[in-house]
Amino acid sequence: MNVESGQAPHDELAIDPEMVAAMCRSFITSHVASTGAERVVLGLSGGIDSALVAYLAAAAIGADRLVVVLMPTASSSPSSKADAEAIVSDLGCQSEIISIEAPLAALIANLPAGESVTPVRRGNMAARLRMTTLYDRSALHRGVVVGTGNKSEILIGYSTIFGDAASAFNPIGDLYKTQVRELSRHLGVPTQIIEKAPSADLWPGQTDEGEGGFDYPTLDRVLYRIVDRRLPLEDVIAEGFDRDFVTRVSEMIRRSEFKRQMPPIAKVGGRSSGSDYLYPRRRPKLD
Amino acid sequence: MRRRVLALAQIAPTIGDLAQNFAVHQAKIAESQAAGADLVIFPELSLTGYQLQDLAPEVAMRRTDPRLAALAKLTSGGPSAVVSFVESTDDHRLFAAAALLEGGEVRHVTRKCYLPTYGLFDERRFLAAGDAIRATRAALGGSAAGDVGIGIGVCEDFWHPTLPAILAQDGAELLINVAAGPARGASVDADQGLGSAASWGTLLRATAALTTSYVAFTNRVGVDESLIFWGGSRVIGPDGVVIAEAPLFEEALLLAEIDLDEVARARSALPLLRDERLELTRREYDRIIATRAGLEEA
Repeated sequence: MNVESGQAPHDELAIDPEMVAAMCRSFITSHVASTGAERVVLGLSGGIDSALVAYLAAAAIGADRLVVVLMPTASSSPSSKADAEAIVSDLGCQSEIISIEAPLAALIANLPAGESVTPVRRGNMAARLRMTTLYDRSALHRGVVVGTGNKSEILIGYSTIFGDAASAFNPIGDLYKTQVRELSRHLGVPTQIIEKAPSADLWPGQTDEGEGGFDYPTLDRVLYRIVDRRLPLEDVIAEGFDRDFVTRVSEMIRRSEFKRQMPPIAKVGGRSSGSDYLYPRRRPKLD
Repeated sequence: MRRRVLALAQIAPTIGDLAQNFAVHQAKIAESQAAGADLVIFPELSLTGYQLQDLAPEVAMRRTDPRLAALAKLTSGGPSAVVSFVESTDDHRLFAAAALLEGGEVRHVTRKCYLPTYGLFDERRFLAAGDAIRATRAALGGSAAGDVGIGIGVCEDFWHPTLPAILAQDGAELLINVAAGPARGASVDADQGLGSAASWGTLLRATAALTTSYVAFTNRVGVDESLIFWGGSRVIGPDGVVIAEAPLFEEALLLAEIDLDEVARARSALPLLRDERLELTRREYDRIIATRAGLEEA
């Protein structure tokens, strides 16, 4: 509440969910058509982001063309699996459970003797094993892997490059977490999934907000000011946001630029991928 | 009365697929003819797709291209058509062009003058900018050739208000904008929940009102790479009121009947074009140009 006016604060991130859903459906339909894929394949974690993409994909191309893959480890929370199963049951899509515990354990067991693995390394390994699994399942199903990262985590770099960040296309990567929640409510994603604390589910009890020391509504408002509105940090702070937090967010953005781009290719020849050889990623054969 | 039925073909061109896009054009012209349309208007780069990048020279056509001529043949005994393509020239420049096809031939070609190269746009990297703003006269299904004054702009062209203003001064009663407008700025605060739809809506109504002309805006739908085109094609009367409007994000063939005699009545009631001071505008622009060039003191 705005104390002086007695009115609720203006919600600058509020979207018209039906309009945005129409955009996302159009995006998914078009990219599936241009790849010629028969199905969409996505990793369903039980969290809100992949849930939302599952609902959008089912609405865009039909649940019968959606394959969701649950890829738990031994430390995944049982409620994540239950939530993922609730989505599968609600949508009526094809689902597969492929545990990545054995390959993850094998990777770790194969490390030099005595080497311990930090939670971050373990998390990155898990993310990349899921990517490997998804791309393999997509080959089997003649499908295409759809990304499920949201704008908030993409901007602060809260993702694993070539892991969960890998996909053929991403329909929700320009939606802040708060907008993901709004759209999810509109599309009927089960309430318990919308309301639970976001988590990478890397260890029991982990939450994004606990680990990162932020809450998404505040993070999103700061990101919106820095990125969408291009405001100088001092102007963001002058609006009442905590100086240390704004500075930290700005640093997270800066340090993760590389995660949002394809790797640079050394330009040696006359015409080079990524520099001056620039084509749409799918194009028909010309006569 | 000079009544005409317009058909706005809000299609989703397939990038780079000329054969497919030509087929869609043929089908939409036939559909428009069956619906009694006098003119069917396709969006920007309707024959090629928008986000072409290095594909632009590969899909470019001369205005004399036999495929374009074949499409024009359909307008002999059928509705006139405005279609858009990448035009290549003798000196090997490429333009985002829109052609009026009428009476079986290519009657008029407009080249996009303002190529957005900022934000999500990168047109100037791949295309040359047109250097002429010309209205033309068209029959549009009428018995007399040249019965209707039309002026065509390509998307960004209308964001430079001098362009539709010049087209109106040059004789246009119907201003046509062919667009490939990407959706952006999703917000509950914007008209229709979309910043780009809201700003275009304001611009188009203002353009119609300020030029006391009909405005027909055909915007594409579908997706090129990251861009989702929003559609929302519409026809606006010379009083600035929306007559017909297509949905967002869906393919549509929007039909709207207009009476071009309304333009005469609007301009009698509100003689903005008559009162425009062209010599004053030119003098002040000349002064500003000279000042910027350091030829005249500020």
